[in-house]
Amino acid sequence: MHNTTSFRRNNLLKKILLYLALLVGTFFTITPFLYMLATSFKKDIFIFEFPPKFIPQDPTIQNYLTAITTRQFGNYFFNSVLVTLATTMSVVIISSMMAFVFARFRFRSKRVLTNLIRILMMLPSMTIIIPQFILASKLNLLNSLSGVILVYIAQNLPLNIFLLTGFLEQIPDEIEEAARIDGASNWDIYLKIILPLSTPALATTAIFSALGAWDEYVWAMTILNISEKRTLPVGIASFHGQFATDWGLVFAASIIAITPIILLYIFLQKYFVKGITAGSIKG
Amino acid sequence: MKTKKRQTPYLFLLPGIIFLSVWLIYPMLKTLQISFYDWNFIDASKNVFIGIQNYARTFHDEIFLLSVRNTLLYSVVTVSGQLLLGFATAIIIDQIRFGKIFFRTVYYLPVVTSWVVCSLLFKFLFNSSAAGLINYVLVDILHVVENAVPWLNEPQTAFLALFILGIWKGVGWTMVIFLAALQSIPVELYDAAQMDGANAWQIVTHITIPILAPTIILVTIMLTIGAFQTYIPINLITNGGPVHRTEVILSYMYDQAFTNHNFGYASALSFVMIVIVFIISQFQLKFSDIKSK
Repeated sequence: MHNTTSFRRNNLLKKILLYLALLVGTFFTITPFLYMLATSFKKDIFIFEFPPKFIPQDPTIQNYLTAITTRQFGNYFFNSVLVTLATTMSVVIISSMMAFVFARFRFRSKRVLTNLIRILMMLPSMTIIIPQFILASKLNLLNSLSGVILVYIAQNLPLNIFLLTGFLEQIPDEIEEAARIDGASNWDIYLKIILPLSTPALATTAIFSALGAWDEYVWAMTILNISEKRTLPVGIASFHGQFATDWGLVFAASIIAITPIILLYIFLQKYFVKGITAGSIKG
Repeated sequence: MKTKKRQTPYLFLLPGIIFLSVWLIYPMLKTLQISFYDWNFIDASKNVFIGIQNYARTFHDEIFLLSVRNTLLYSVVTVSGQLLLGFATAIIIDQIRFGKIFFRTVYYLPVVTSWVVCSLLFKFLFNSSAAGLINYVLVDILHVVENAVPWLNEPQTAFLALFILGIWKGVGWTMVIFLAALQSIPVELYDAAQMDGANAWQIVTHITIPILAPTIILVTIMLTIGAFQTYIPINLITNGGPVHRTEVILSYMYDQAFTNHNFGYASALSFVMIVIVFIISQFQLKFSDIKSK
C-alpha cells in the first residue's frame, strides 16, 4: 500500500510543520515577557550590559523591594484595587438592572434607548475627555478616586448593557410567569430569578470591567496629578521618566501589576473567550 | 403576549440613565458645543463663539494632516498584520489536536497585558544602544545591519517599532475570534474536499475564507476602529516626536487640549474623530445584520 504510507508520511510532515509554526509564534510572543522578567531581577549596572542576558548575573530582588517599600507603590496598588472593585460592582449591578428591563419588558422609549446605547458603544472614550475633565473639575473631583470611578462606570455600561440584554432575553418566560403568579415583585424576579440564572454572563461582565479599570491609563493620568492618588498604570508610567528611566523598577512594578490579570485569565479562560466572541470586546 | 401587561419598573433604569447622561451623553454634546468656540478653561465669560473656524483650521494645519496620514498608515499596517497572522494562527490551531488551549493561552497573553506595560516594554526592547535587545539580535546575532539602529529617533524606524507592537499585541484577539468562527464550519465539508483531492491551500481559499467572509469583514472593521484610536503607545514611546513626526489624531488632540489648552480646537478634532468612527461603525452594523440573518 504505497499510497497510504506516503499519505501518512505527508500527514506527519504536515503536523511537524504546524507545530513548528506555532512554536515560532510562541517564541516571538513570549520572548518580550521573559526579557521583562529577567530585567526586573537585574541590578542597575547590568540593565544595559552587553550582550543582553536572559539569565541575570548576580540576580537581585532589590527592584521589587524598592517598588513595594518606597516610591508609593503600595498606594498605587491599593488605589487600583479600590477603583477596580468599585467599578466592577457598580457596573454589574447597574447594567444588569438596565438589561433586566430591556430584556423582559416592553415600553415606549425602548427603541430610542436601545439605539442610544448602540451609539454610546461606538463612542471613542478619549473624544469626550475635555468636557469630562471640565465637569470633574467643577464637581471638585480632580485628584480624587471617585472622579476616576464615576467615569469608568459610565465607560463600561453601554457594552455590558448590550451584552447582558442579549443574554437575559434567552431566559425562558415560563420561570418568570410562574413566580409572578406566586405574587413575586419585580425586585424578587430580578434578585431571585434573573441574577442567579445569569451568573456566567455576569462573570463575563465583571471580568471585562475589572480588566478595563485595572488597565485604564488616559483618564486616570488626566485627572490624577498628585502622587499618592495615582493608580498602577499611571504610577508605572511615572517611573518611566523623560530622560532617565530606572527600567529594573519599571519592570518589577509591571510584573506585580500584570500577575493578577494573567492568573485571572488563566483560571477563568472560558469567560474571557465567551466575552470576546459574544461582544467582540477589543482588549 | 403577557409581557405587555407587566408594569415596567422604570426605577431600574434610573441609575444607568443618570450615569450615561452625565458622563457620556452630556460630554458628547458638550464636545460639539465647545468645538464652535475659542474656549477659555479658566474663565468661561471669555469664551468666544467662532463658528466653524476650528474645523476650517484643520485643513491648513500641517501637523494635523500629518497625524491623519500617520493614523491611516498605522491602521492599514497593523490591521492587515493582525488579520493575516491571527487568521493563519487560528487555522493552524484549529488543525492540531494536542496543545490547543496552551497555544491559545500563550497567544492571548499580550492582549490581557495593559497597553502601558506593553508600550514601556517595547520602548526598552527597541532601545537605541547596541545593548538594546532588538539591536543586539540584528547586529550581533543575525548580522543584518551594521550598526545599532536609533529606532525611536527617526520617524520611519519609530513607526516600525509601533507597528510591530500593535500587531504583536492584537494577534491573539483576532485569533480567538477566528477560532470560534472556524468551529462553526462542519467537518464534513473538509472531508468531502479532501476526498475530491483538494490541497490545503485550495481548502482555505475555497471553503474557509468564503464561509468566514462576514467574520473577516467584521473583524477588519473592529480592528480599524481600534487602530484609529491608538494613543497610549504613541504617548509613552515617542510622545509624537521627533518634532510631531509620529503624531496620530488622538495624540495631537490630547496635546492641543492639555498642553496648549486649545480646548476649542481639540474638541473640533475630537468631533472629527467621533464622526469618522461612527461612519466606519455603520458598515459594522450593516455586516452584523447580514451575519445574523
